[in-house]
Amino acid sequence: MGPIFQSGTESAAAQHGGGYALRYITLAALAFLGAMTGAASAEPPVLTVYTYDSFVSEWGPGPAIKADFEKECACRLDFVAVEDGVALLNRLRLEGSTSKADIILGLDTSLTAEAAATGLFAPHGLPGSSVKLPMTWADPLFMPFDFGYFAVVYDSTKVSHPPRSLKELVEGDPAEKILIEDPRTSTPGLGLLLWVRQVYGDGAADAWRKLKGRVLTVTKGWSEAYGLFTKGEAPMVLSYTTSPAYHIAVENETRYAAAGFSEGHYMQIEVAGMTASSRQPELARRFLAFMVSPAFQQHIPTTNWMYPVIGVALPEAFGQLVQPSKPLLFAPETAAANRKSWVEEWLDAMSR
Amino acid sequence: MAGLWPGAAALAALLLLIGGAFVALLSSTGELDPAGLLADRYLRHVVLFTLGQAGASTLLSVAAALPVARALARRSAFPGRTMLLRLFGLPLVMPTLVAILGLATVFGETGWLNRLGQAAAMQPLHFLYGLSGILIAHVFFNLPLAVRLLLPAWQSVPTETWRLAAQLGMRSRHLFRVIEWPLLRQVLPGIAGVIFMLCFTSFAVVLTLGGGPRAATLEVAIYQALRLDFDIARAVELSLMQVALCGLVLVLLRAWRREVPLSASFDRPAARPDLGPWLGRAGDGAAILGAAVFIGLPLAAVVSAAVAGSPGTVLIEERLWRAALRSIAVAGGAAAVAMALGIGILSAQRELRARRGRPRAAAMLEVSGSLIMVVPPLVLGVGLFVLLSRVADVLALGLGLVVAVNAVMGLPYVLRIVGPSMERTVGRYERLCLGLGIRGWNRLRLVEWPASRPAVGLAAALVAALAAGDLGAIALFGTEDNETLALLLYRLIAAYRMEAAAVVAGVLLALSLGLFVVIERGVGRRGQA
Amino acid sequence: MAKLELEAVAFRYEDMAMSFTLAVEAGECLAIIGPSGGGKTTLLNLIAGFEKPLSGRVSIDGRNLAGLAPAERPITMLFQEHNLFAHLDAAANVGLGIDPGLRLTASDRERVGLALAQVGLAEFEKRLPSQLSGGQRQRVALARSLVRRRPLLLLDEPVAALGPAQRRDMLALVNRLRVAEGLTTLFVSHQPDDAWQAATRTAFVHDGRILRIDETRRLFADRSLPELNDYLGSARPRDDN
Repeated sequence: MGPIFQSGTESAAAQHGGGYALRYITLAALAFLGAMTGAASAEPPVLTVYTYDSFVSEWGPGPAIKADFEKECACRLDFVAVEDGVALLNRLRLEGSTSKADIILGLDTSLTAEAAATGLFAPHGLPGSSVKLPMTWADPLFMPFDFGYFAVVYDSTKVSHPPRSLKELVEGDPAEKILIEDPRTSTPGLGLLLWVRQVYGDGAADAWRKLKGRVLTVTKGWSEAYGLFTKGEAPMVLSYTTSPAYHIAVENETRYAAAGFSEGHYMQIEVAGMTASSRQPELARRFLAFMVSPAFQQHIPTTNWMYPVIGVALPEAFGQLVQPSKPLLFAPETAAANRKSWVEEWLDAMSR
Repeated sequence: MAGLWPGAAALAALLLLIGGAFVALLSSTGELDPAGLLADRYLRHVVLFTLGQAGASTLLSVAAALPVARALARRSAFPGRTMLLRLFGLPLVMPTLVAILGLATVFGETGWLNRLGQAAAMQPLHFLYGLSGILIAHVFFNLPLAVRLLLPAWQSVPTETWRLAAQLGMRSRHLFRVIEWPLLRQVLPGIAGVIFMLCFTSFAVVLTLGGGPRAATLEVAIYQALRLDFDIARAVELSLMQVALCGLVLVLLRAWRREVPLSASFDRPAARPDLGPWLGRAGDGAAILGAAVFIGLPLAAVVSAAVAGSPGTVLIEERLWRAALRSIAVAGGAAAVAMALGIGILSAQRELRARRGRPRAAAMLEVSGSLIMVVPPLVLGVGLFVLLSRVADVLALGLGLVVAVNAVMGLPYVLRIVGPSMERTVGRYERLCLGLGIRGWNRLRLVEWPASRPAVGLAAALVAALAAGDLGAIALFGTEDNETLALLLYRLIAAYRMEAAAVVAGVLLALSLGLFVVIERGVGRRGQA
Repeated sequence: MAKLELEAVAFRYEDMAMSFTLAVEAGECLAIIGPSGGGKTTLLNLIAGFEKPLSGRVSIDGRNLAGLAPAERPITMLFQEHNLFAHLDAAANVGLGIDPGLRLTASDRERVGLALAQVGLAEFEKRLPSQLSGGQRQRVALARSLVRRRPLLLLDEPVAALGPAQRRDMLALVNRLRVAEGLTTLFVSHQPDDAWQAATRTAFVHDGRILRIDETRRLFADRSLPELNDYLGSARPRDDN
């Protein structure tokens, strides 16, 4: 409420020449209005981004990206953190078109088919050539912002001959155990399920039956599995090729390494999209463009520990990582259509 | 009439919350198909497994807790007894992830036990991943709780009874059969019910330590239905099935219960006549030591991991202490709300039973209050979200909602812990209060509160510590700005920062212990069990 | 002063049907004796309002007590046991008779002190019940009944646990207070001697009915009622007791 409004209302009240009370009421009403419009014109537009928890944490990409984007757009970026990718989709489903979200960031390709089916997303309008992935990107609704490969991570002080293929893992010595995650409750778990399916096709059930002997336990989530792994409970765990990078870069620990499989590694591509009901569509599109620009992507490797989707400098630790020979991925529609039956097949094979 | 309205209000609030959550869920989905549930073979297996492991865990926990509780009741004054009892509050309130890692450090493949065994050239034992692992974990969580719930039963034996027993020359086993067992029969069904429900709804433990998908509880199926398949109808059906099954077990347990008329004594507490024999002493010592070691080792594992995780760098982080303050705030809020709700319901129960002579209505009230424990937190959270998002901005409610959910989930503990204590005062003072016109608030304040202080202290401390370590509600409603210690812990692990996470786990453990000490001493007075 | 009247007050306990008709004059002291299980305590409970009669009328000074809660009736009752709250001291226990919320003014506290003095426990204000003997606990309860200032006092076996000298003192105390405060008193006792000592009239209750009610001396002298004979036996209380 600047001085302009104050002097204006005073003279207006004096001209009307009403009683004391009337003058004060008019003053108050006009001041209130002034505050409202004044405030509105001073307030920057707000972009609300729903994302998963570790993205916004202090060590995640969130804070740096927020700072960089706000400088560029003269707006305010609000993050809303949800547990993980699955929870993101469910939250959006629950909120429907009344959702405050402008951007949903953090789904992966196993969820994009269902996400598209909700009809709550709007086309981003960016060309697929904006990003460089092992395959061409053609999804009109979603844009990737990072990707990674699932891999078996092992403790090199305990495993002298790591498996060099999925087949070797499945048929290897049952005494050398691996920790895996449950596909029903965890993304890496689902990733391994799809990986085995891609490589073995209809023979997946048999593969699981053979692998079962090597599985120490199937945990609820990645945290439990990796926590038990670092405690030394089993020498192998299902994680990402980029996991060792953290240990090398931050802890100076080189004992953890990822096993490169000859059949290739299943990919996890994380995407973002804008909502159809967004109140800031221009700003949302701008954010998506920002997302595939160096300003955003430079933060990804050292905070999210995944690969960027454009060419930015990678930290030294990444150079020591296993480079997958072949990226494996199911088309989102295939993954969505078959997931239920494949999970049931897994349950059946693992329960005997 | 005056006595009923606080209970009615509490119940109404609860029904609104939970019922509203269910209704909101149901309204956003299609029809239910209960028959289809039974046709699913895997589901049948899951239900049977859930019942089986819960039953086995309960039996094991209670059977192991009885000798320990008895030993503690008999040896009522040895150095460290109070601290031991406070430590017994910790296993249940720890975040499950922390407990699992602690158990793995001790009992796991490369755990302390196996390393000791290796040094002694023994074969390594593999028992942590499988049904045995689930049982170990459940006993770890529930044995301490059972011990703390059983102890007050011994305290309620009148002095004259011990004197009579001494005069008749009763030995320890006579005492147990004639005096202690009938008392236990009164409290065991309630305690077993709580433990059964806890084990029935156990989720992360069963999945992680179970070894494979053969070991899965109904909660896993509900989780899958709601999260992965977004099949709300199925999630609701399964939740209702869970509530129905547990309700059945609770009713069955109640049927086994025997009321024991207690005459209170004005006299000073007398010593039991069977404390002398050295065999008894040795047995008691072994029981207490065994329990202390079994519970203490995993706790020590958590502490040692915290110490090894370079605590110096983590403890100076401002973020840690802000999260700790929020945890304390949530803990206090949840405890206060849970106590208010619980006391309201208990007064209504007392009204129904004593004044209106409707014991079955009172029992139903108690059972329904306890059944909250088996409503899956995920279902409750999602239902609440759907319910409230139509009315308010859920994000703005933030921590308030976390407090509410934790209060509701802590309510069954209040009912189970404070309930028996209030029952005892009813028996003694009902007529006197009626005659003097001591009613409602006065009665709570002057009569029931002083008599129930230790129980109230334990219940409040338990709910507070549970809320401090809660990862369920906060994961659903937590945001960037209202991070609690548990959420911080979870985020650290997800970011590979295992060592820092270990330090935060240590801080959380210390905080929970602090809550027990402060609340029990402040509220409970005299630190009696 | 309060005149108590019971008109055909009926009750049923297990398989015993009871019916009481009674009139107690204002300021009287009535003893109720009879074999155990005969309904003596039930009679007191019906008057006090802890039990609801199936039919009949209980009235004080002509006013029907039906529908009134125990605390609302102009009655104070002392039970056989649990008259005191174990966790409150003597003064607090007495104070509850003045205000059930224990909100006492200075003059209230004086009254408490006076009442305790009247029963001979002037120095015992801070004692807990566990620190008092049985007789002292009864006297604290009696002190509370004094501060309540209700005109009708019911006592259920008030001296059962006391020795001979203590009984006499207690009953004498009750009578002194009765006269001083103008209380109508009913007490149940197992010892006919108590009735002999303290009661103006005595009622004999047997099998749910008042079989005989009369001046105490006359009742004990009466040998015509077989049930009374069975109860009292051949030795009767005499004046030189």
